[in-house]
Amino acid sequence: MARDGGVSCLRSSETMRVGIGGMESPPLDLDDVHVLAVDDSLVDRIVIERLLRITSCKVTAVDSGWRALEFLGLDNEKASAELDRLKVDLIITDYCMPGMTGYELLKKIKESSSFRQVPVVIMSSENVLTRIDRCLEEGAEDFLLKPVKLADVKRLRSSLTRDVKLSNANKRKLPEDSVPVNTSLPPPPSPFTISPDSSDSSPPSTISPESSDSSPPLSPVEIFSSPLSSLLDDEDDDVLPSSPESSPAPEESPVRRQKMGSPGLD
Amino acid sequence: MDAHVAQLQMQYRNYILSLYQQGFLDDQFTELKSLQDDGSPDFVAEVLSLFFDDCVKLVGNMARALDQTGTVDFCQVGANVHQLKGSSSSVGAKRVKGLCINFKELCEAKNYEGCVRCLQQVDVEYKTLKAKLQDMFNLEKQIVQAGGIVPQVDIN
Repeated sequence: MARDGGVSCLRSSETMRVGIGGMESPPLDLDDVHVLAVDDSLVDRIVIERLLRITSCKVTAVDSGWRALEFLGLDNEKASAELDRLKVDLIITDYCMPGMTGYELLKKIKESSSFRQVPVVIMSSENVLTRIDRCLEEGAEDFLLKPVKLADVKRLRSSLTRDVKLSNANKRKLPEDSVPVNTSLPPPPSPFTISPDSSDSSPPSTISPESSDSSPPLSPVEIFSSPLSSLLDDEDDDVLPSSPESSPAPEESPVRRQKMGSPGLD
Repeated sequence: MDAHVAQLQMQYRNYILSLYQQGFLDDQFTELKSLQDDGSPDFVAEVLSLFFDDCVKLVGNMARALDQTGTVDFCQVGANVHQLKGSSSSVGAKRVKGLCINFKELCEAKNYEGCVRCLQQVDVEYKTLKAKLQDMFNLEKQIVQAGGIVPQVDIN
C-alpha cells in the first residue's frame, strides 16, 4: 500500500464538474460530495476517509496544510485555470499538525475568494474551549472531537447536502430548508450542546460496497508526505475534562448556516 | 462441523469480551469494526497494521530522543507521544492511550527516568496488544475456514 507521494484523489473525469459562476449545476446526487481531508496521521486519514466514503462522499486525503493549499491551488498567487474545475464541498482538517495548524489552514481558506464559502470542519483530540471558540470565530463550520465517529460524519453529510442543494437551487426556496436570515433565535449555543444521535436524519445513503471503496481492501491511498517538523502549537490553556460527546454543534443551527453564504439567502 | 464452529465462535466471543474487560480495547475499536463490511472486509486489520507501524516508528523516535543523555529534547519526545496518543485513540487501543497520557505529563515535567520507564511500558503494551489482536484475527480465520461466520460481539 502506497503511503507516500501523491494524493488520494478523484480522477480528472470526476473532477470535471464545470461550475462556471452563475450557471445552475445539475441536481446533486448522493455521490457528488467531494471532501478534502487533512491530517498528518496516516491512521486518522484512513479512518476519516472510510467514514466519508461510507457516507457516500468522494475523498481526497492529504497529510498537511501545505498539501491542502497546493491541492486547492492556493499555494501561489497565480490563479490557476484549473480552479474552475475543482469542486470541493467540505474541508475537514485536524487541528494539531506540524508546519501549519488546522486553524492556520482555516484562515487561509477563509481569506481566499475561491474557497471561502466552503465549509471547514476542525477535528481535535483536545477539548480546549479557547481553541474551539477561536476556530468557530474564524468561520469554522464545526468542531469535532477525535476520535471522530460515524454519527458525526453522517450529521455533517446531511447538513452539507441540504446546504449545497440550497446554493444550487438558484434562489428557489425549498420549503423544508428555508431559513429566514433574520431569525429570532438566541445566539449560537455553546459548542458543548449534546446533540441527539442524528443517524435517522441522514439522507438515505446507499452504502454500496463497490462505490464506497472502489479500491481493493488494501486501498492504495497515496498521500503526499511532508517532513515531520518540531512540535506544534499547543496552548492547552482551557483544557476541560473530556466530554462524552464528540459532536459539539447542534444538528439544526440556522444561525450557523448563515456563514455558508448561500447566494439566495444573504 | 457445526459443533466445532459453535465452539470457535464462543471462544471468539469470550476472547473479544476479555479484551474489552481487561482494558485493552475501548468503544472506538467497536466503532472501527462497525465500519467494516463485505466491501471492505479487511478494514480493521488494515488500520491496526498501520497503527502498529506507527508504534514502531514513534517508539523508535522516542528512544532515540531519550538516548541523548544530557541534551534530551523533551518537546520532541512529547510530539511523538502526542502522535501515538492520537493514533491509539483512533483505533481504540485503550491501554496504550492511557500510557501516552501519563507519558505526556512526564515529558512536560522533563522527568527523564519517568519517561524512560514509560517508554518501556509503551513498548511492552503495544506489543502485547498486537499479539492479542493477532490471536483474535487467527480465531476469525479459523471460524471462516470451518465454514462459520464471525459473530458480532455485543460489548454491552
